[in-house]
Amino acid sequence: MRTGKILLVLFLAMGLCAMLGTPANAQPKEIVIGGIWPLTGPSAPTGVECVQGAKLAMEIINGKFDLNLPLARTEGLPRLGGAKVKILFADHQNIPDKAMGEAERLITQEKVSSLMGCYISAVTAPASQAAERRKIPFLDADAIAPTLIKRGFKYFFRVTQDDEIWFRDFMWTRFIPDIIRKKGGKVQNVAVLHENTLWGVDAARYGSEYAKKHGFNVVTQIAYPARSTSLISEVQKLKMVEKQTDMLLQASYTADGILFMKTFHEMDYNPPLIFNDGGYREPAFLEALGKKSDYILQRDEFSVDMGERKLLVKQVNDLYKKRFGVDLNTNSARNFMGVIILADAINRAGSTDPEAIRLALLATKIPPEQSICSWEGIEFDPNSGQNIKAVSLMLQVHDGRWRLVWPFDIAVKELVYPLPKWSERK
Amino acid sequence: MILPPVIQKRTSMFTTEIILQTLISGLLMGCVYALVAVGLCLIWGLMEIVNFAHGQFMMLAMFMTFWMYTLLGVDPLFSLPLGAVLLFLIGIATYFFIIKGILYTTFLAQIFATFGLGVFLHSMAQFLWTANYRSIQNPLIAGRIAAGKIFIGFPHLAAAVMCVIGFIFLYWFINKTEIGLALQAASEDREAASLMGINSNRIFAMGWGIGSACVGVAGVLLSNFFYIFPEVGFTFALIAYVAVALGGFGSIPGSFIAGVFIGLVEALGGLFIDPAFKYFSVYVLYLAVVFIRPQGLWGRY
Repeated sequence: MRTGKILLVLFLAMGLCAMLGTPANAQPKEIVIGGIWPLTGPSAPTGVECVQGAKLAMEIINGKFDLNLPLARTEGLPRLGGAKVKILFADHQNIPDKAMGEAERLITQEKVSSLMGCYISAVTAPASQAAERRKIPFLDADAIAPTLIKRGFKYFFRVTQDDEIWFRDFMWTRFIPDIIRKKGGKVQNVAVLHENTLWGVDAARYGSEYAKKHGFNVVTQIAYPARSTSLISEVQKLKMVEKQTDMLLQASYTADGILFMKTFHEMDYNPPLIFNDGGYREPAFLEALGKKSDYILQRDEFSVDMGERKLLVKQVNDLYKKRFGVDLNTNSARNFMGVIILADAINRAGSTDPEAIRLALLATKIPPEQSICSWEGIEFDPNSGQNIKAVSLMLQVHDGRWRLVWPFDIAVKELVYPLPKWSERK
Repeated sequence: MILPPVIQKRTSMFTTEIILQTLISGLLMGCVYALVAVGLCLIWGLMEIVNFAHGQFMMLAMFMTFWMYTLLGVDPLFSLPLGAVLLFLIGIATYFFIIKGILYTTFLAQIFATFGLGVFLHSMAQFLWTANYRSIQNPLIAGRIAAGKIFIGFPHLAAAVMCVIGFIFLYWFINKTEIGLALQAASEDREAASLMGINSNRIFAMGWGIGSACVGVAGVLLSNFFYIFPEVGFTFALIAYVAVALGGFGSIPGSFIAGVFIGLVEALGGLFIDPAFKYFSVYVLYLAVVFIRPQGLWGRY
C-alpha cells in the first residue's frame, strides 16, 4: 500500500518534471491566434477561403520568403526570439451564440493572444464582444457592417472598408465623377434596389443618404425579399422610372442577383450603369449567368489583375495558387493581410500581453507597397479601430470574368459605359 | 383585403404596358405555381397526408435536369419525360417505404415522416452537390418574344403552356380513366372502395407517383429560367401549401386556379403596393379565406 503511494508520487513528480522541462529546452515559443470562421453551414465555401488566406500568411511568417511583406524575410517573430505563429481555427456555423462560445473557449482554454473572424457581421458582433469583455484584441478583416465600429470598443480593429465609408468618401465623390470625366454622359438620377435584411438595408440607406448629400437624386428605392420565387414586380417598378434612371445601385446576394439579371434581360431593362455593392463574389454568380453578367460593376478590395502592376500581388497569388490550387480572392486576401497585420503588431509589442498588442496595433503603420489589398496603407483610427486607409477597387465583368477597371491608373480593362442595351448584345 | 397605405406617389407612371406586362408575367408564373400545387393537392385529397418533402421533390427534378444537361448535354426539353418518370418512381418508392407504414398512425407522426424525408433530401443534395447555385446556361428554349413594348420570356411561356397541358392531362386522367375513377373512389371513402375491390395500396402508390410526377414536370420546366440549389424547393413549396389551402383541400381544379391567382396577386401586389410586401398580399388573401371559408374556395370539407 505504502509502496504504491510512493510510486504514484514519484510517477507524478516525474510527469511534472517532464512538463516543466519542455519549455526550458529553449525551443522557440508559439504565439497562438484564434480564428473563428464559418467552416460548415451555408457560408462554408467562404469560410474555407478565409482559412486558406490565413494559413498562407502563417506559413510566410514562420518561414523565410523574399517578399516585401512585414515578417516575410525572417523566420517567426524576431522580437520574440523567433517564436512561431500558430492559428487555432474554430467553426461558428453562422450561429452568433456558437461564435461567442468559441471565442470564450479560445480565450480561456487555449489562451490565445488575439482573435480574428468572422465574415458574417451578425456573428462577428457577439464574438468580438466576448473578446472585448476579456480584453483580448480582435481583428476583423472581413465583416463590413458599419455598426461594428460604432460600439466604442477598445480592443476591436477592422482593416476592411465598410459601406458607410465607401459611399461617403468614394462612390459619389471619386468614382462617378471619374467616369463622367473620362467617358462623358451624365449621372444624376439613381435607382436603388436592395434585399431587405441587415446588409441590404444598411447599404441602401448609406448609398442613398450620401447620394442625396452629394447632389444626386434617388428616383426610386425598392426593397425586396431575397428568397423570391419571381421578381416581376420589382423589375416593373424599375421600368416605371427607366427613362430617368442614370444608374442602378443594387445590394443583392448571389441567388437573387442571378434571377435579377435574367429578369432584366427578359423584360428588357437597360440602365446605363449597374453597380452592386459586393454580393456577387461567389464564383457561382458568373458560372450561372455566363455572358448575361457582362458589364456589371462591383466594388472589391482585391483583384488578381492588380498583379500586373504590383509584383507582390503576383508573388503571393502564385504561392497561394501552388498551395491551394485557386487564385486569391477578396476573402482570402483580406484575411491573409489580417494575419500579417496582427503578427506584425505582436512582434512590435514584443510580448503576448493583450494590452501591449492593442497599443502596437494602434501604432500600426504599414505602407501600401507592403499590402496585397487595394488599401492605401494600414493605420487604425484610435477611437473606432477602423483602418482609415482602406480603399476599394471597381471591378467590371468582361467576358464572364471580374476585371479591374477603376482607379483608372491601375485598370487592366477599359470601363464599359454606358452599358450596351440587351438588344445590342450578341 | 386590408391594404397598407399606397407608397407610390406618382400614379401616372403606371402605364398600360407596365400593368399589362405584370399581368402576363404574373399569369405565366402562376401556372408553374399551379402545377406544383396540384401535385400536393392530389396526395392530400387521396389520403389526407401533407407531403412536406414536396419542395425537395421539385429540387431533385431540377438537379436531375441540371446534371442531364451538364454531363450528357440533354436539353431540359428532352429530359422532361425523364423528370416525370423519375419523380413518379420516387413518389411510389416514398409511398411503399415511408407512407405505407404510417398511414394509420397519428397526424403528428405523418408530419414528421414527410418532414424528415424533406430534411434528408435537402441535406443529401447539399452533401452530394454542395450549396452552390447552378443554372442551365443555354437551353433550347431561350430568348424572349416582343409584342410592342411587352416582353414575354420564351422559357416562361413554354413552362406555362406545358403546365396547362399537364393539368388538362391530369384532369382527363382523373375523371375519364378507370384508374382515375378508382383514385377518386379511394379518396372519397377508403373502406368502401376496398370493399368494391379496389386495391387501395396500388391506388395510393399511384396517387403519390402522379402527384410527384406533377412537381417533377414543374421542376424541369423551372430549370430553364430559375437557379438551382438545394434549398430551391422551400419557397415554391410554401406557395404550393397556400395554393392548396386557398383552392380547397382536395380540389384539383381549385388548387390550380389558386396557384394562378397567387402568381397574379404576387406580381400585382408587388407593383401596386411594394415589392417588399408581395408575399404579404398573398398571405393576407390566404388568411382572409381561412377566416371566411376555412375549407378553401372550392373545398369539399
